[in-house]
Amino acid sequence: MGADVTQLASEAGCHLFSGCGFPAPGLNEFEFEPIFTIGSIEFNKPMLLAFLCAFLVIAFFWAAFAKPKLLPGKLQLVGEIGYDFVKRSIVLETIGKKGEKYVPMLVSMFFFIWIMNIMSIIPFAQFPVMAAIAFPAGLAAVVWFTYMFLTFKTHGFVGGFKNLCWPSGIPGWVMFILVPIEFFSNIFVRPFTLAVRAFANMFAGHLLIVMFSIASWYLLSPSLGAAYGSVSFVVTLALTAFELLVQFLQAYIFVMLASSYIAGALEEAH
Amino acid sequence: MSASVALLLAEEGEKMNPLLPEWPEIIIGLLCFFIVFGILGKKLLPSIEKVLADRRDAIEGGMERAEAAQAEAQALLEQYRAELSEARHEAARINEQAREQGAALVAEMREEGQRQRESIVAAGHAQIEADKKQATAVLRQDVGSLASQLASRIVGESLEDSARQSGVIDRFLDDLEAKASAAQGASK
Repeated sequence: MGADVTQLASEAGCHLFSGCGFPAPGLNEFEFEPIFTIGSIEFNKPMLLAFLCAFLVIAFFWAAFAKPKLLPGKLQLVGEIGYDFVKRSIVLETIGKKGEKYVPMLVSMFFFIWIMNIMSIIPFAQFPVMAAIAFPAGLAAVVWFTYMFLTFKTHGFVGGFKNLCWPSGIPGWVMFILVPIEFFSNIFVRPFTLAVRAFANMFAGHLLIVMFSIASWYLLSPSLGAAYGSVSFVVTLALTAFELLVQFLQAYIFVMLASSYIAGALEEAH
Repeated sequence: MSASVALLLAEEGEKMNPLLPEWPEIIIGLLCFFIVFGILGKKLLPSIEKVLADRRDAIEGGMERAEAAQAEAQALLEQYRAELSEARHEAARINEQAREQGAALVAEMREEGQRQRESIVAAGHAQIEADKKQATAVLRQDVGSLASQLASRIVGESLEDSARQSGVIDRFLDDLEAKASAAQGASK
C-alpha cells in the first residue's frame, strides 16, 4: 500500500471487493514533485498556481478597471461590486474613515486569497494554494508587520506596547494576569491563528473532497459498491458546493481580521 | 506495509509536516501578493476610484443642476406673477385715476358753465337794473319837468275853451313825443 499512497486510487485501479484496501488520502496529497528546480529551490505546483492566481486577479481587474468608464460595462460593474464590497462592507465598516489608506492592500489581499482558495475546485488545478501553510503564513506576516508598524507609529514605543497589552477599564489586580495574556495574544497568537485558520480550513476542505472523490472511485464496482459509490459522489458534489462557500468565507474572515487588527492599531489611546 | 509507510515518511522527512512553511513558497507567495498589490494599488484601484468619484460628482452635479434649473423656473414664475399682478394693479389704478379725472373735469366744466351762466344772468340783471334805474331816473326827471310844465301851462292858459284845452294837451303830447324821440335819438 505504501507505494499506492502517493498515487490516486484511480491510477491504482483499486476497487472495493477486488482484494484491495481503501487508499486513504493523507499528507501525500499536499506534497508535490517539483516541476523544475533552480539551484536548490524546487518550483512546485502551489507556486505555479500562486503565479496563476496573481495573473488571474490582475487580468480580471485590468480588464475591468484599466479603461474605466463613467457608465460601466458589465465587467467593470462586476469589478466595482467586488471592490465596493471589500471596501465598504469590510474595510471601512471595521476601520472607519481612517481605513481609506489600507483599502488597496486589503482589496488585493481579499481577491488574491479568494482566487487561491477557489483553485481548490478548478479542474486540473484542484488544489487550494492556501492549503500550503507558506502562503497564508506569508500573508499573515504582511498583516502582522502592518499591524506592528501602525501600532508603534501611532502610539510611539511605550504607547504602542500599552496599546497592545494594557486593556482599559480593568481593575488593577486583573492586569497582573491580563497583561501577559494580551501581550502574548496580540503579538504571537494573532498572526499564527490568522495563518492557521485559513490554512486549516483549506487543508481540511481539500482533504474531504479528495477523500470522497477517491471513495467514489474506490467503491465503484459491479456490485453493491456502485450504490455506495454514487452516495460518495453526491457527497463530493455537496462538499464542492460547500467548499465554494468556505473559500469565500475564509478570504472574508482573513481580510476582516486584518482590518480589525489595523483598526486596533489606529485606535486612540485609551 | 506499515514499515513501508514509515520508510516513506523517513524519506520525506520534515517536509511532510504541513504546519512547517517552506521558504521558497513563502517568498513566491509574497512575491505574487506584492505583484497583485502593486498593480492594483498603483494603477487599477486609483483609476476606478477616480471614476467612482467622477460618477458621484456627475450624479450629484446633475441633481444640483436640475434643482438649480427648477429653482430658477420657480423664481421666474414668481417674478412673472408679481409683474402680472402689478400690471393689473397699475391698470386698475390708471382706470380709477382716469375716471376720477373725467369726473373732476365734468364737475369742473359743469361748475364753469354754471358760473358763466350765473355771471351772464347777473350781468343781464345788472344791465336791466342799470337800464331800469336810468330809465326811472330819466322818467322821474321827465315826469317832474312835464308835470311842472303841464301845471304851469294849465295854470297859465284859460280852461274855458275846451278846444283850446284839447289843443294844449295835444301840443303837450306832441312835444312829449318829440322830446321822447329826441331823447331816444340822443341816447342812441
